[in-house]
Amino acid sequence: MSSVVPSPLLDSLLEAALPESGIPWLDAARRENRAAVAAAGLPDTRVEAWKYTSLRSLARHGFAGGDPQAASRDIDPSAFALPGVAGPRLVFVNGVFRHDLSALAELPAGVVLEPLSRALAEDPEPLRFVLSRHYREVGDAFARINAANAIDGVVLRVAAGVEVAASVHLVFIGTPAGAALAWHARNVIELGQGSSLALVEQHLGEPGQADLATLVSDIELREHARLRHTVLQAAGGNHLIRRNSLRLHAGAHAVMHAIELGGALVRHDLQVALIGDGARFDGRGVFMPQARQHIDTQLAIRHEARDTVSDAHWRGVATDRARGVFRGAVLVAPGADGSDANLSNKNLLLSRDAEIDTKPELEIYADEVQAVHGATVGQLDEQALFYLRSRGIGTGEARALLTSAFCCAVLGDLASAALREHLAALLMAHLPA
Amino acid sequence: MLKIENLHARIAGKEILKGIDLTVNAGEVHAIMGPNGAGKSTLGNVLAGRDGYEVTAGTVTFNGEDLLALAPEARAAAGVFLAFQYPVEIPGVNNTYFLRTALNAQRKQRGEKDLDSMQFLKLVREKLKVMNLPNDLLHRAVNEGFSGGEKKRNEIFQMALLEPQLAILDETDSGLDIDALKQVAAGVNLLRAPTRGFLMITHYQRLLDYVVPDFVHVLADGRIVESGDKTLALRLEEHGYDGLAERQPAGAEA
Repeated sequence: MSSVVPSPLLDSLLEAALPESGIPWLDAARRENRAAVAAAGLPDTRVEAWKYTSLRSLARHGFAGGDPQAASRDIDPSAFALPGVAGPRLVFVNGVFRHDLSALAELPAGVVLEPLSRALAEDPEPLRFVLSRHYREVGDAFARINAANAIDGVVLRVAAGVEVAASVHLVFIGTPAGAALAWHARNVIELGQGSSLALVEQHLGEPGQADLATLVSDIELREHARLRHTVLQAAGGNHLIRRNSLRLHAGAHAVMHAIELGGALVRHDLQVALIGDGARFDGRGVFMPQARQHIDTQLAIRHEARDTVSDAHWRGVATDRARGVFRGAVLVAPGADGSDANLSNKNLLLSRDAEIDTKPELEIYADEVQAVHGATVGQLDEQALFYLRSRGIGTGEARALLTSAFCCAVLGDLASAALREHLAALLMAHLPA
Repeated sequence: MLKIENLHARIAGKEILKGIDLTVNAGEVHAIMGPNGAGKSTLGNVLAGRDGYEVTAGTVTFNGEDLLALAPEARAAAGVFLAFQYPVEIPGVNNTYFLRTALNAQRKQRGEKDLDSMQFLKLVREKLKVMNLPNDLLHRAVNEGFSGGEKKRNEIFQMALLEPQLAILDETDSGLDIDALKQVAAGVNLLRAPTRGFLMITHYQRLLDYVVPDFVHVLADGRIVESGDKTLALRLEEHGYDGLAERQPAGAEA
């Protein structure tokens, strides 16, 4: 099920010196994860979760392990400015924390926001549980690679009952480092009981780059915590492999909007576990691969407690020879009675050579469950196109208008109007002329 | 203004229009009547440039220009407007944004400057008032969830805003109750002008009580078989479309 055939990708990652933290349990975890990757290799397309995303071409490339100049690379702060996002900020360049670009001076009371490297240096013990995790599946190769190699990332904690007014901004920038580069970030986010937070996660890169980044985020929402999480991915030509794992305790509510525009090979594993009664997840996503981009979203929602709700709607638009993949798997576990799951993925193919593979899956083992799922792949509505043209709107603009409306349908409930308009404008600008 | 000569058109290989001759001058209102399947809507769609219709013979000129050579958006910019029989719902596209995009796209094609949002809103408010339409029409998605009457009124509103030289109304009266019909007719009457021509396609005489045409043509089996003034419509109302075959021009092919 996996190729242990040596690949330049794996070789380069395995040969790089393991980061030594001096923390025995952490160094042990890194060694174990590296050994696990070395033994199992990378998943091939016979592994269900990687069926539509082949790593063969990526595996042929080697990547240098880290950018020694990352701390001094010139970055224009306007590149990551977003309207309506002016709160605390943590910026990483090629995986390295950049104090000079971050904004940590005035953290609201009850908020801890710091780079993982500092948290480990000061007090590693609270991170032990998360960072000692073992990944068991062969499909988890990149989570293992991340666990073995990540030396920095985000630690964000909101104390119980604290409602953070300003959006927290996490920025991951890939910038050319000469040779092809691999970097890794490990994020640990926890919202205390009854707290609330708006989080904006941004990925940037340049079109000419072809670096590899892995990001793993563990996001824990304690009882009745509320999270609004917006992801804007414009990673340029880079390969970006991310995993967001959310765990929602009783009454917690997470809202995610994920916009995927950039990246050469992009993989987003979004795992949501509704582990407490009445927990709720609302997910909205747009992926828009162009040229030869490959964007793969793997959404897995587990209803593990009573009266949990998930409502997830993703839209894909593929042009040129691009490929989009969406797998939405909803599982309602035994005992999660009264759960309500709604999952949809609608897609537009704007060129004959584009491809979208979509696969909704539903497994229900509980009673009194409401579950709806559906997926469609289609083209723009010819009637609507003619209607717009008959009013004087040119073909290109009419197509852009309809495509943008198709995508923006899932952004309607984004809480920040400024951010919503900005994202809509980005989508519109991203559309093929 | 509009000159149609010997127009033949087919769809999916089936000939629908079999030689139409019709001239519409500025200031004139022409009604095209006829039974179902006569080719009335095909005529409107061919003039507006909908895909799927193949013109096999004949010419259409608009102000001396070959209309059939133009893309639908260029026809619109030249001044042709089709009020749809079935206006299309476009979820996610705000009506105001749509109208402004359309108006500015036409202006751009004509080499005129864009209207900015203030100028545009002023114009829209003015037209809404004249057409006696509610403001909330502007904030909704194009035709989405509109009632039949609202959709048709929205078509007339668009026409008022875009100020075409030639307005083609494709069964704008269909599916309307008498109050909605009167509202739509009032809108059309307001837009009658010496510089504007109308082609009103309708199955029933009812609309013509409220929008009185200068000319009435009967279209049957792809040809205009009879033309006259408004009294022709009244005669049709009395006798129906039966017996049209006998009125076909002598020597016409079936």
